Amino acid sequence: MTHDPDIIPAEPGTLTRFRRMLMADKFALAAVIFLTIVVLMAILGPMLLDASAQRQNLRGRNAPPFDLDQGWLMILGADALGRPLLSRIVVAAQNTIMVAAGAVVFSALTGTLLGLLAGYSGPRTSQVILRMADVIMSFPSLLLAVIVLYVLGPSVVNLIIVLAITRIPVYLRTTRAEVLEIRERMFVQAAQVMGASRWRIAMRHILPVVFPTLMTIATLDFAFVMLAESALSFLGIGIQPPDITWGLMISQGRQYLTTAWWLSFWPGLAIILTTLSLNLLSNWLRIALDPTQRWRLEMKGRRS
Amino acid sequence: MTDHLLEIRNLSVEFHTAAGTVHAVRDVSFHLDRGETLAILGESGSGKSVSASAIMNLIDMPPGRITSGQVLFGGRDLLHLSDEARRDINGSQIAMIFQDPLSHLNPVYDVGWQIAETMIVHGTPRAKANSEALRLVTRVGIPNPEGALRKYPHEFSGGQRQRLMIAMALAMKPDLLIADEPTTALDVTVQAEVLSLLHELQQETGMGVLIITHDLGVVAEIADRVVVMNAGEIVEAGITREVYHNATHPYTRKLIGAAPGKGRMHQPGAEAEPVLQVRDVVKDYAGFRALDGVSFDLMAGQTLAVVGESGSGKSTLARILLRLDEANSGTALWKGRDLFTMPPSELFKIRRDLQMVFQDPTQSLNPRMSVYQLISEAWAIHPDILPRAQWKARVAQLLQQVGLRPDMANRYPHQFSGGQRQRIAIARALALEPKLIVCDEAVSALDVSVQAQVIALLDDLRKTMGIAFIFIAHDLPVVRDFADHVMVMQKGRVVELGTVQQVFDAPQQPYTQALLAAGLDPDPDVQTQRREARLALAGA
Repeated sequence: MTHDPDIIPAEPGTLTRFRRMLMADKFALAAVIFLTIVVLMAILGPMLLDASAQRQNLRGRNAPPFDLDQGWLMILGADALGRPLLSRIVVAAQNTIMVAAGAVVFSALTGTLLGLLAGYSGPRTSQVILRMADVIMSFPSLLLAVIVLYVLGPSVVNLIIVLAITRIPVYLRTTRAEVLEIRERMFVQAAQVMGASRWRIAMRHILPVVFPTLMTIATLDFAFVMLAESALSFLGIGIQPPDITWGLMISQGRQYLTTAWWLSFWPGLAIILTTLSLNLLSNWLRIALDPTQRWRLEMKGRRS
Repeated sequence: MTDHLLEIRNLSVEFHTAAGTVHAVRDVSFHLDRGETLAILGESGSGKSVSASAIMNLIDMPPGRITSGQVLFGGRDLLHLSDEARRDINGSQIAMIFQDPLSHLNPVYDVGWQIAETMIVHGTPRAKANSEALRLVTRVGIPNPEGALRKYPHEFSGGQRQRLMIAMALAMKPDLLIADEPTTALDVTVQAEVLSLLHELQQETGMGVLIITHDLGVVAEIADRVVVMNAGEIVEAGITREVYHNATHPYTRKLIGAAPGKGRMHQPGAEAEPVLQVRDVVKDYAGFRALDGVSFDLMAGQTLAVVGESGSGKSTLARILLRLDEANSGTALWKGRDLFTMPPSELFKIRRDLQMVFQDPTQSLNPRMSVYQLISEAWAIHPDILPRAQWKARVAQLLQQVGLRPDMANRYPHQFSGGQRQRIAIARALALEPKLIVCDEAVSALDVSVQAQVIALLDDLRKTMGIAFIFIAHDLPVVRDFADHVMVMQKGRVVELGTVQQVFDAPQQPYTQALLAAGLDPDPDVQTQRREARLALAGA
């Protein structure tokens, strides 16, 4: 390490740094790879495998997995109508990820924004926002979903909106509680003294501190939303066949659970792995974004 | 040799941390007799608190590990006693008081119960414990003792809480009292009272007192002997007066030399013109008057020190001048324009001229921003000061100006020491090229030797750049070498305002005199005189 102490050394770019830190955490790396595959499945899956996912094959009803006699698509077995589970999982990824990601992103964005507003504005705005959140929270979310979807009709977009609205208060309340604490911190006052605008203080000083907490909630919520979506499908107001989601696949396989476990098992595994990957990734992100923790990753990267 | 009350022999303590093994205490030996006060003096990280924790068995193990040594108390080695035997000794024969009494008193029990509990744990019947608690609370000078026993910790002031802690510590008539920075969080006048109380109680009970402090004044006031620690080792030990006057170790000399209040006082010229004229500022907080008609002038390129104890309104004044709070009435003319009625757009421009350095740099620097980001944020907010292409060069320049190296720019605040962090905060304030910097207790959280360096830096900036300072402090000696004018505040009012020489050499108001008398001088001889003067003043 020879450098001139009078010059600010050039830092490696943000992208290189994050790549190095990702390499240092093998679990996070595996999570990123898995999530990339899921996203690719969601984008390309329906184009490639839609036909096979819909083709019924009564001779292969509830065909067991790991049997290559009926072709490689049947490796995970087939469902009650003989449709290959592999292609159905791939095709279902699109709807599942769209609903889950859409609902989580929408509720996290809205909730965070409203939470910042409630925490950082006058008492009146704050009261209005909080009472709105109370109303949403006190109303049973499933009941709300049933009413809205019954009136508007089940569709992916409506489903996203309903699931998002019921989850907004979680982000809103967390953000507001943290903002109330952080805005009294000295560094926020220091920024005020420099003349920083409210927007700048909220975005540059408060949000980065709240962000890791929100990320953790969001990843947990991802799994919750996937299962809520399947509950709605089960009630007949969510996504309806012939459209498929992982949640719907689980509930369809439920009646064969004793005779053909694989019907529910594979889509269940897909949900678990996706959630697990997101958790690992958010855990890594929390460390990577925190300057006081970051050395753990950077040290490891240097050693290898 | 065996009749010492407490004897520490060759104590070494290590801590295992992520960054490797830290030798917090290395081969430390000292002893304490009955009726004696021994001070362990050292700056943060010197190992003084760890030594005391070892005596009380308060070191968390792991990560801590006592690698060698003996702690002999009445001839028994405390390090080789069973937990049960230790508990018997802790509290009844050895008691401890802490820096922050609020966090060591249980908020959900009244104090009478808590004091009695100490005795009940060690086998005193409840009725006797209760009457004893009343006697102790009366002894430590709490007004209305019967009522006080049924009050909760938050209902007392900081000084009273420390008195209650002392009462609790004395409940079992201990042979040894360990006081870990007992007066650091207290105001000067309260500090003097608490130290006097400790001294009286020691005379009465004949206990040994081990006092841990970073403050030479406290040592001069109360200690018979002193042990100076640096980086886990004892560098000097002896009678307090001897150590002060004939320090042999360079570290001790540096520490004594760094004590504020010995240099030449400023002689402000009369020709300067006021940049800030504050008139009749009033601030109410829900019925409580925090500021009551404060008026003063600040001259360009000069330093006004605002001194007062907690609750005097000095920090409120700073917040109001920087418009972090709104005043109820009054004016503050900055170059002829009133800061309080200024529209936001004009205020935004004026923010460049008025900057602030906060008390605790650990909290005033955003932990998620690098030094470069922290300093350059000023230019992101005020883009007309500096084009982005020159940010790097200017950050490097500013870092050098405050005595840091430019290659530190990519580090984060947690990677710096307290003094370095305060330098970063100062560099950030300088980035806007201000005409006035308000320092709110800017050096109070720093070690004595670092304090002196930061004050020297600020004074240098004042001379070279002509910046005016409002320097808020609770401690008079700190401002003596640095201020041109001194304003003494009490309960929201200006008690005395004059040049530094007037205020220090010929204070007019009784409050200023009391404040000066309560301040602790590092010289034990001067401090003895001062104590007598203070007692005379209190008696009058």
